Amino acid sequence: MTLFVKYDFDLVCKTVVKEQLNLLDIAHTITSLGEIKIHDALEAEKRELLDAALKRYGIQILSNQKETLVERIKHTIDDMLQNTDLRTVKVSSYLSDALNYSYAHLSTVFSESTYTSIENYMILKKVDLVKERICNTDLTLTEIAYQLDYSSVAHLSGQFKKTTGLTPSVFQRIMKNRN
Amino acid sequence: MSDMLLNIALADDDEDDRMLFSEAIEEIDMRTKLSLFNHGQELMDYLTLPNVVLPNLIFLDLNMPIKNGKQCLKEIRNNPNLKDLCVAIYSTSSSEKDIEDTFLNGANIYVNKPNNFSKLREVVEKVLQLNWQYHTSNLNKDTFLFRI
Repeated sequence: MTLFVKYDFDLVCKTVVKEQLNLLDIAHTITSLGEIKIHDALEAEKRELLDAALKRYGIQILSNQKETLVERIKHTIDDMLQNTDLRTVKVSSYLSDALNYSYAHLSTVFSESTYTSIENYMILKKVDLVKERICNTDLTLTEIAYQLDYSSVAHLSGQFKKTTGLTPSVFQRIMKNRN
Repeated sequence: MSDMLLNIALADDDEDDRMLFSEAIEEIDMRTKLSLFNHGQELMDYLTLPNVVLPNLIFLDLNMPIKNGKQCLKEIRNNPNLKDLCVAIYSTSSSEKDIEDTFLNGANIYVNKPNNFSKLREVVEKVLQLNWQYHTSNLNKDTFLFRI
C-alpha cells in the first residue's frame, strides 16, 4: 500500500522550532518569515544546545545578516507562489512591502549571495511546485498551469522544458518508473 | 559572495577531458575544490573511505574502463551513506535511452559534453548554480532532475 501525504512546511518547521525551544525552556515568540524573538538573553550554552537540536531537523540558525535577508526573501517568495490570492500582486512591490527594503536593495543582496537572481529563483521554485504536483496529484497540466498562474499550458510546458531540459510528460514517465 | 566551499568530484578516463574540466571550474567565480578520478572504481574506493569528506556534487562519465558510470551510479544509490549525493552524468552520448536510463537509476543532472571550451564553462557553471540552489533552498530533492 502506498499513502500519499501533503506537508505544510511552514507549520512543520514552526512546530519543530516551538517544541525544541520549549524543551530548552526558552521564552520566545515565533513571528512569520522565519523570525524567532527570544524574550530574555540567551546564554551561549543554551544557544549551542538549540543549534544542535534544530540541526537534526535540517533547521539552521542564520548568523549573518545578508544570509538572513536572503532566507526571508526566499520564504516570502515561497509563500507568495503557494497563495492564490496574491497572484495579481507584483512581486517587486510585494517583496519590498513585506520586507521593508527597496526592491533594488533586495535584488542586489540576493544576487550577491546566491549565484542567481530573484527572477531565476522564482522560476526554479515555480517549476519545483509543478514537479511536485505532477508527481503527487492527479491534476492535469492545464489545472496546474491555472493554479500556479501561468497564462497558458503552453507557457507552463515551455518554461518547464527550458528550465529542466525535459518535457513534463518525459519527467512524469521517469518519476513513475523510477527506483 | 558566500564563503561556503563546494566540493566537487569528477570521474573521467580521458585525460584531456579532465584537464579541460579543471580549467573550466577554475574560471568560474565560485569557491570550489575539485577531486579527479581516472575511472569509476577509483571514485568508489575514495567515496567509501572511512571519515571521507563527501563531495557536494559528482560528475560521472558514462564510458570508463574497470567500472563505468552507470555501475557507479547504481552503487551510490544503493549505499545508505552515499544515496543522497547529487550526481551529474557527464557524457558524449545524447541517446534518449541512455539519458532516461540514467535518470531512472537516480541521476540528478544529465550533461552532454560540449565540444568547445566556452560552452563547457557555461554548462559547468549552470550545473554548479543549480546544485547550489538545491543545497541552500527549500526545493524538493526527490524531483531534482535536469537535463542541460
